[in-house]
Amino acid sequence: MAELSSGKHTLSVLVEDRPGVLTRIAGLFSRRSFNIESLAVGPTEHEGISRMTIVVNVEETPLEQVTKQLNKLVEVIKIVELEQGHAVQRELMLVKVGASAETRGQILDAVQLFRAKAVDISADAVTIQVTGNSGKLTDFLRVLEPFGIRELVQSGMVAIGRGSRSISERSGRPVAVPAPPPAG
Amino acid sequence: MSDITGAQSLVRSLEAAGAENVFGIPGGAILPAYDPLMDSTKVRHILVRHEQGAGHAAEGYAAATGKVGVCMATSGPGATNLVTPIADAYMDSVPMVAITGQVPASLIGTDAFQEADIRGITMPITKHNFLVTDAADIPGRIAEAFHIAATGRPGPVLVDVAKSALQAMTTFKWPAELQLPGYRPVTKPHAKQIREAARLILDHRKPVLYVGGGTIRAGAHRELRRLAELTGIPVVTTLMARGAFPDSHPQHLGMPGMHGTVAAVAGLQKSDLIISLGARFDDRVTGDLATFAPGASVIHADIDPAEIGKNRHVDVPIVGDIREVLTDLLVVLEAEKAAGREGDYESWVAYCAGIKRNYPLGYDTPAEGLAPQYVIERLGQIAGPEALYVAGVGQHQMWAAQFIGYEHPNTWLNSGGAGTMGYSVPAAMGAKVGRPDATVWAIDGDGCFQMTNQELATCAIEGIPIKVAIINNENLGMVRQWQTLFYNERYSNTNLQRHDKPIRIPDFPTLAEAYGCVGLSCESAADVDSTIEKAMEINDVPVVVDFRVNKDAMVWPMIAGGASNDEIQYARDLAPKFDEDDL
Repeated sequence: MAELSSGKHTLSVLVEDRPGVLTRIAGLFSRRSFNIESLAVGPTEHEGISRMTIVVNVEETPLEQVTKQLNKLVEVIKIVELEQGHAVQRELMLVKVGASAETRGQILDAVQLFRAKAVDISADAVTIQVTGNSGKLTDFLRVLEPFGIRELVQSGMVAIGRGSRSISERSGRPVAVPAPPPAG
Repeated sequence: MSDITGAQSLVRSLEAAGAENVFGIPGGAILPAYDPLMDSTKVRHILVRHEQGAGHAAEGYAAATGKVGVCMATSGPGATNLVTPIADAYMDSVPMVAITGQVPASLIGTDAFQEADIRGITMPITKHNFLVTDAADIPGRIAEAFHIAATGRPGPVLVDVAKSALQAMTTFKWPAELQLPGYRPVTKPHAKQIREAARLILDHRKPVLYVGGGTIRAGAHRELRRLAELTGIPVVTTLMARGAFPDSHPQHLGMPGMHGTVAAVAGLQKSDLIISLGARFDDRVTGDLATFAPGASVIHADIDPAEIGKNRHVDVPIVGDIREVLTDLLVVLEAEKAAGREGDYESWVAYCAGIKRNYPLGYDTPAEGLAPQYVIERLGQIAGPEALYVAGVGQHQMWAAQFIGYEHPNTWLNSGGAGTMGYSVPAAMGAKVGRPDATVWAIDGDGCFQMTNQELATCAIEGIPIKVAIINNENLGMVRQWQTLFYNERYSNTNLQRHDKPIRIPDFPTLAEAYGCVGLSCESAADVDSTIEKAMEINDVPVVVDFRVNKDAMVWPMIAGGASNDEIQYARDLAPKFDEDDL
């Protein structure tokens, strides 16, 4: 299994679910010259809050800038770095492989070995669903390569911390606003 | 019960947020808002000539008063014309709210007439921005915009309001509280960091207070002076912080950076401890970062955690409002002093004072023509430290930062981070609206002036009697200086006049008169005082003075772009001698 290279960091970012928030985050990465390796976004257990899993490839000092700049975005509520040993990380891949009567059996063996799943079978192809960390997916592709990969699509990584703690407990008090002067 | 329009709700929201002046221009999408605006007795709308002028006026108003400046424009080109001042306000942390009209919600995304995605366009240059398509959201978004603009590290916030929301019927409900779970600026510094900073200050022998614009935005000039006088530590004030510490104060070494004083540059470069207060180690201050202040430990206090450690390694990071940081630091250092513990800076202070004495700011008086530095120096002396000075960008800006003595915060306004030519006239207009009793001098170059001078019409018509000193060298002076120094005197596209005949295009005094202002001109040193005095006596209409100055004058000292601060030149090919043995 391939390890994440040293410059890769996985950030879990809780954001308000508002239009434009993805643009804001993507734009921040682009204008500050930070590289996004992968980004996945979806709802959380709290309505109105989305969670992004962002994999960035930076050294320690720029990583601090990434998180500080992200924190400045008004719609970003919380950022946690998920360290590899303390988090479950998964990606989903769908891959279409050429298959003949002779090779189909070998392909299905590999599917079983990697605990993947054949989700569609036609006369000359098999479509496979596989989940895992990026190392497992890379290894699986290497096995499938000789059969001829016709098409593949992959999700960004999602990750969650191990243990009982949750990162998405609500925080932050509302800000009191001075009353307006009487109308007139 | 829906009893008012979204437009009326917008105007009531601006009133509720405390906006007293709005600079703007109407147009199709924002038109509904202008109807109730006409009836507001609390909000004065000032009709400008170009949206860029509205934006810079809002900035000038904010910088002069410390309040949130407000500008307004219509959709599409109206909104995109605000982009430059918004970027400018973002770089210089100016609290500003920009309101733009947007095409009706049903047309958004259809490439409708005068549609531009101004929220998308301004995302990287605003502290935050909103698109409002539901009239019921107007009060909440306006309240949030003013809160975000003014608190934490101040900055511009844009609220884009769809025309359909302005036209819809709604009720006005000003929020009692704001739900901003992701916005919690830290203003109170950590006590442990304050104690650590105090320890470093007492332990070091060569400290310097590196004061940035954050000190002015925080209103921390009194606390700064108390700290400086309590400890005796030398002070440098950056371009954005001129006026945060009196120039007349003996501990003041001047402005650091590319065109800073030798004493201020050496004060940072040779120090063993930099106490950074609301500054951001900008490349114009540090020069080559790798060789900047190589022997210095750093205490970095800033309200924006992202500035801390961004460019320079920090030993003691302090996140907080500079006024609160200084207040807490004073408590600790005063207690230490009462207990007999003080820093020993005697030889360092003497060293800095020696450099300040040996390398004062100066300039050559040309054999022919008028020295621009002389004009600016006399202007500062005659108008005095109670006046406001608002510069454009370039040589005249640097001379105005160098040769005017600033004694108070918010009396020096300029475009520091963005370097926006054209800032001066409209920002001076905004400053004068905010401080009507103060004398406001725009100090502008002939290049800058021609970018936004149409706001003189606004000034003349709306009764905003600013004074403008055009430092007219008939060239884009700073670019020309670089061509002199780095491009073998090949003056590509910096001459703003005809090369063949000596006629002046435009003739600035005539242009001023055409705009309903008084136009004056001055070509000789002998006439400088009387011309300035004449301008000072005219207070009912704007005055424009065309100072025709020598084009070969250069800004010194100078550190070439990207060079080390060690390579500062006091004048052309003349490096100061730092006697390290004195330390």
